[in-house]
Amino acid sequence: MQLYGSEISSRLMLGTAQYPSPSVLAEAFRRSGAGIATVSVRREAGGERAGAAFWDLVRDLGVTLLPNTAGCHSVREAVTTAQMARELFDTSWIKLEVIGHADTLQPDPFGLVEAARILTDDGFKVFPYTTEDVVLADRLLDAGCEVLMPWGAPIGTGLGLTNIYGLRTLRAQFPDVPMVVDAGLGLPSQAAMALEMGFDAVLLNTAVAKAGDPAAMAEGFARAVEAGRLAYQADPMEPRDMAAPSTPVIGKAFLS
Amino acid sequence: MKIEINGTLTEVRADTLAGVLDELGHGDAKVATALNETFVPASARGQTALAPGDRVEIVAPRQGG
Repeated sequence: MQLYGSEISSRLMLGTAQYPSPSVLAEAFRRSGAGIATVSVRREAGGERAGAAFWDLVRDLGVTLLPNTAGCHSVREAVTTAQMARELFDTSWIKLEVIGHADTLQPDPFGLVEAARILTDDGFKVFPYTTEDVVLADRLLDAGCEVLMPWGAPIGTGLGLTNIYGLRTLRAQFPDVPMVVDAGLGLPSQAAMALEMGFDAVLLNTAVAKAGDPAAMAEGFARAVEAGRLAYQADPMEPRDMAAPSTPVIGKAFLS
Repeated sequence: MKIEINGTLTEVRADTLAGVLDELGHGDAKVATALNETFVPASARGQTALAPGDRVEIVAPRQGG
């Protein structure tokens, strides 16, 4: 899978937040096989050095880092956060979140496009956290995004793919654009479904970090993503309403 | 002078961003900065003068989803 010209081996992308401990986080990453980890920037007090400890931890994971602008509600806030993240993590990749609604954490589509354009012009490789809206997708591509990250459901809900029709339409409209279903997944079966539908990857955090056994759940998602991708490539059969016997009818013993 | 650091009004002696980071004990810590909502690269902190009431943000790598 190519994202902004980089070859990424795993189609599972994993967040680094909410794990019970750093060692559980590391074990979850090991068993997930994830190639990309999302990270953030947050306030630090003098002498605190929490950033340095976290930096050491994620560097040891050996994965590509994708900083986010989580929690930003304005274009300016998101742009400044992205610039700080670029310096801290030494990467031009940014998962762009511009939140428009506090309860649903739904993206602000207008701010998202504006911020995506500013950041792309500034040399960033933008991964926009977006909805399944095809018009918004079109605008984001116009703004210079080469990857789209539609939500499955609102962040942290674990509801899965809540608008199958919308996601299928989005996938069909832009067949050549790498798309990552980001947010709202709760179970491996939902990730498998996203891959079966032709999405290139999934990004999740809470579903793994808040599971009773995060490392086992990470491996479950890894296998589901692999299964979903194989199924997509295998060209699934067409569903039908009427039953059709799979065992040959001809040659059956006549016993009645 | 008094400036806002990460949302808290703080008395500082230094008059540049680099000086304030030293004064607060960040030393060579892995942090990024913004002044009045605008990013200030590490290379520009020494030349970035501060005035009373300025808003400084100091951030570091953290967990994220």
